[in-house]
Amino acid sequence: MKFSSQMVAKPYFIFAMVLFAGQLLFGGILGLQYVIGDFLFPYLPFNVARMVHTNLLIVWLLFAFMGASYYLVPEEADTELHSPLLARILFWVFAAAGVATILGYLFVPYAELAKLTYNELLPTMGREFLEQPTITKIGIVIVALGFVFNIGMTILKGRKTVINMVLVTGLIGLAVFFLFSFYNPSNLALDKYFWWWTVHLWVEGVWELILGAILAFTLIKVTGVDREVIEKWLYVIIGMALISGLIGMGHHYFWIGPGEYWLWLGSIFSAIEPIPFFMMVVFAFKMVRERRHEHGNSIAVTWALGTAVMGFLGAGVWGFIHTLAPVNYFTHGTQITAAHGHLAFFGAYVMISLTIISYAMPIMRGRPQGNSLQAQKVERFAFWAMCIGMMGITLALTVAGAYQVALQRMPGDAEALSFMATQGKLMPIYWVRMGFGVLFIGGVAAYFTSFFVGGKLPEAVKIES
Amino acid sequence: MADQFNKGMARNIYYGGGVFFFLLLVGLTLDTLRVLPERDHRENITEEVAHGKELWENNNCIGCHTLMGEGAYFAPELANVYDRYGQGNEEAFKAFLQSWMSIQPLGVEGRRQMPQFNLSTDEVDALAAFLIWTSRINDNDWPPNIQG
Repeated sequence: MKFSSQMVAKPYFIFAMVLFAGQLLFGGILGLQYVIGDFLFPYLPFNVARMVHTNLLIVWLLFAFMGASYYLVPEEADTELHSPLLARILFWVFAAAGVATILGYLFVPYAELAKLTYNELLPTMGREFLEQPTITKIGIVIVALGFVFNIGMTILKGRKTVINMVLVTGLIGLAVFFLFSFYNPSNLALDKYFWWWTVHLWVEGVWELILGAILAFTLIKVTGVDREVIEKWLYVIIGMALISGLIGMGHHYFWIGPGEYWLWLGSIFSAIEPIPFFMMVVFAFKMVRERRHEHGNSIAVTWALGTAVMGFLGAGVWGFIHTLAPVNYFTHGTQITAAHGHLAFFGAYVMISLTIISYAMPIMRGRPQGNSLQAQKVERFAFWAMCIGMMGITLALTVAGAYQVALQRMPGDAEALSFMATQGKLMPIYWVRMGFGVLFIGGVAAYFTSFFVGGKLPEAVKIES
Repeated sequence: MADQFNKGMARNIYYGGGVFFFLLLVGLTLDTLRVLPERDHRENITEEVAHGKELWENNNCIGCHTLMGEGAYFAPELANVYDRYGQGNEEAFKAFLQSWMSIQPLGVEGRRQMPQFNLSTDEVDALAAFLIWTSRINDNDWPPNIQG
C-alpha cells in the first residue's frame, strides 16, 4: 500500500462481507421456500425474502466496487485520495440508507412502505431489482455522485493510467444509467424498455468495465507483468464487451413489446457476448504464466483466475445457451434464467469482489505478501466449496429449467402442464439445489473463518528468467 | 498479442467501438419509440389501467410472479392470465379475479401461498384492467402456449 488514504477501503470491504452473509441467509430461506411452499408464511412471504436477497447482493457489490476504487485509484494515480473524509461520510450514509431500507422491507408491508415514503409523488417502486423506495434511490444517486467526484478528483490530480480511466468510465456509467430507474411511465412496455437501461447496461455494460479494471490491477500486482501488456488486453476485452453488449440488450427486447428486428439484433450481438469473457480467461492465465515474481498471496491469484473462468461459464456459456431468440422463446422466464443469473453474478461480480478483497485486505492489515499459509489454505478450501456449490446450484436449476420447458412450454395448449403442476414435478431437483446451497454457505463460512486464522506470513520470491 | 497490434489500436477499439455502438443503440431506440405505439396500444391505457399498474407495483407482485416473462419464477406468468382464465370475456375475468383474490391465502399445507392483500373491489377491477391491457401488447406471440 503506497498511500494511507487507501485505508478507507477497509470498512467498505468489511461491510460488503456482512451484507453478503445476509444475502446468503435469505438465499437459504428462498431455497427452502421452493421445496416447502409455506415455509415462514405469512411472516416472511417469498416476495419479501427475494427482494432482500437481490437488493443485498446489489448493495454489497456496490460497497465492494467502492472499496476497490478507493483502494486502487490512489495507487494507480500515485497520489492520496482527494478526500478520505468524504469517503468515510459516504460510507455511513450508504450503510445507514441500506440498512434502513432492508429493515423497511422486513418489518413494514410493502404497500405500507410505498405509502410511508410517498411513492405516489414519484412512483419508482415495485419493479424487479429497483424495489427501493424513491427516497432511497435519491440517496443512492447522492452517494454515487459524491463517490464519483472523489474518485474523479483523485484521478485528475494524479496519473491517468488506463486502469483508472476504464474504471472511472465504468463508475460514471453506473451513476448515469441508474437515473433510468426514476422513469416509470404508466405504459408497461415503455417502463420495461427503459428498466433495462439500468439493469442490462449495468451488468452487461459498465459493470464489465469495473470488473476488467479491478482484474487488470490485481494481475499487475500479483504477476508483475508489464503494465503495457496488461493494458492492451484490458482495452480489447472491454471494447468487445461494449461492442457485443450494447446492442446485445436486444435479447431482452424479444417478448416485451419492441419490434421484430430485435429478434435478429439481440440474437446476433448477444451470441458475441461470450467472446470478451473467453478472452478474459486467456488473458488471466497468460499473465499468470508469464509472471515475473511469485507473489506470497497465491490465493489472490487463484481468485483472479477463478473470476475469469467462472465469469466465462456463468455470463458467457450460460448466457449463450438461452440467448438465441428461437431458444429463448421457450426458456424465457424459466429456471434456466435463474440458473444463468446465479452463476453469472457469482462468477463475474461476486468473485471479482472477493479477488480484490483477498488481495487488498491482507495489505491493509499489514501483511504485504498475503495472509499466513494456514489462512490461505482455509481460504483455498472456501474457494473450491463456493465454486463447486454454485456450479451445483446452477446445474440443478438448469436441469429443472429444461424439464420445466419440456412439460410446460413445448406442448400445445391442451397437453401443457400448468405452472404449479410443473413446479410439483421439479421438487426433487430443487432439493438437490438446496444441498449445493448448503455447500456454498459452508464455503462462505470457511471464507469468513480464514480472516481469523493466524500463522507465519509468507515472503515474495523473484523468478529467475 | 502481436507487436504490430499496439496499445493505441486497442484504445481505439474501446473508445471507437463503445461510442459507435452506443450511438447505434440510441438510434435503434428512437426507431423503436416510433413504432411502439402501434404495438403497445397505449390509447387503451385508461385511468383504471394506470391505477392497476400502481397496485401491481405497490404490492410487489413481481417478487413472486413473472409479467411478460420477467420477474421472479415462483408463481405463474400473468401477462396471459386473461387469456388463461378469461375466455375472452372481460367481465368473466374480473369476476374470477375478485373471487380468486378474496380466498387467498389458500392455506393448503406445504403449498406456495399468496398473501391476502386486502384490496377493495374497485382495486381488484383495476388490477384486472391492467392485466387485460397487458395481455394485448404485441409481444411477438409469446408465450408459446396458454400456460405461460
